[in-house]
Amino acid sequence: MNKKSKGLLSIASALLIGVSLSSSAVLAAESGSNASSNIEEGKKLSFSRPKGNCLACHMIKDGASPGNIAPPLIVMKARFPDKKVLKDQIWDASKRNPDTSMPLFGRYEILTEAELDKVVDYIYSL
Amino acid sequence: MNKLILKLILTGLLCTAISSAYASPEKDREALIKYVEVRFPGIALEEFANGAYAYDTVGRESWEAIEEFPPYEIAVDDGQEMWEQPFANGKSYKDCFADGPVIAQNYPHWDKKQGMVITLALALNQCRKANGEKPLKYKKGSINNMLSYISFASRGKKTNVVIPEADAGAMAAYEDGKKFFYTRRGQLNFSCATCHVQNAGNKIRSETLSAALGHTTHFPVYRSKWGAVGTLHRRFTGCNKQVRAKPFKAQGEEYRNLEYFLTYMSNGLELNGPGARK
Ligand code: HEC
Ligand code: HEC
Repeated sequence: MNKKSKGLLSIASALLIGVSLSSSAVLAAESGSNASSNIEEGKKLSFSRPKGNCLACHMIKDGASPGNIAPPLIVMKARFPDKKVLKDQIWDASKRNPDTSMPLFGRYEILTEAELDKVVDYIYSL
Repeated sequence: MNKLILKLILTGLLCTAISSAYASPEKDREALIKYVEVRFPGIALEEFANGAYAYDTVGRESWEAIEEFPPYEIAVDDGQEMWEQPFANGKSYKDCFADGPVIAQNYPHWDKKQGMVITLALALNQCRKANGEKPLKYKKGSINNMLSYISFASRGKKTNVVIPEADAGAMAAYEDGKKFFYTRRGQLNFSCATCHVQNAGNKIRSETLSAALGHTTHFPVYRSKWGAVGTLHRRFTGCNKQVRAKPFKAQGEEYRNLEYFLTYMSNGLELNGPGARK
């Protein structure tokens, strides 16, 4: 977690409750797209076995038979005040933990950039 | 640590360790055992011959129910028939394997003359070829009958893979297999160890991951998913594909060396094949 910006951003994140995240840096890149449909699509991608398959390892609300390899994906905004840090984790988990058991979704092109952004939006909404 | 060593002594594994001349593979095996003992306190080492059912209590119940009418029984019977059936030239498997069929415990082994790891499946086909018979396929089909019969007959024997330390070729094959096991591969970027060491006991979706220790004791395995008995190399293929890695050839050098390493890790564990799995 990005400690320097944690305090400041958790205040910011309190203001960002819900799906109105369009001011965040990540979403700014895809202005014009609909935030709530991004989250819907992100959920599909996250649950889909050939795509995110996050449920293989993470407990996620609404997800059937999750694995328990990894921490449950809950209260993400409180734990990831900086959305960029969340995106980095999903893009290349080996940066934070070289021995990670998490696939490198961005770096190994398991998800495209657009797909990954949707997954980030969805996970951030949890 | 004292407790660990005590346990090792109790299970007799330290004795084999001390009398073994092959320091490096033996150290690897001891390290894996220590890891497993710390990760699964209170579970007897012998239990690991049962794969994930050593600790997956829910899965174990249905497994035990399945074992009451073993789905591999037909394969064992068919294998016995094949074993006893003479080749066209009048000879039989018994001419190749004097101690047969109780031989599974000695495979795989290093063959100095051929300069390669010989697995039981390969040895069976070498026997067939030497007697003018067509070789069997290595993943599916009737080779599994032969392996089931031999595996069943060898139940109760202890895995006893010998790695001649003085033989550079044998050591290289072992190291190669070990490296394979710990190398990340595929788009999903997993090594065998990611799942079967680091995450042994954890659930990936609804599957409880088995520990590498005991992986080889019960092959071939009847899998409900396959609806048939399949070989160890078929399982390797599946596990490689799962992480979107290109599988290697069954009985090719990579998988044979992997089997050499992986089976050595189970030295001292009782053979209890064929197995039944989900
Ligand atoms: C095969 C296992 C696996 C899969 C699949 C997986 N993860 Fe992870 N994930 C982990 C592990 C293990 C961690 C713990 C940190 C580490 O070791 O890297 C983790 C950590 C995380 C974290 C940080 C959580 C925290 O509290 O620090 C996030 C966020 C995350 N994963 C999101 C995802 C998303 C989104 C997906 C799917 C697109 C996904 N993961 C798929 C294994 C997995
Ligand atoms: C993404 C996770 C994953 C990876 C990586 C993986 N496996 Fe597996 N493996 C599984 C699962 C899930 C099973 C079925 C549950 C179990 O028994 O562990 C399994 C089962 C097995 C079994 C059968 C265990 C038994 O009791 O019958 C063997 C042997 C095996 N794997 C070997 C390997 C080897 C060798 C590699 C590397 C080439 C490997 N696995 C890589 C997930 C994995």
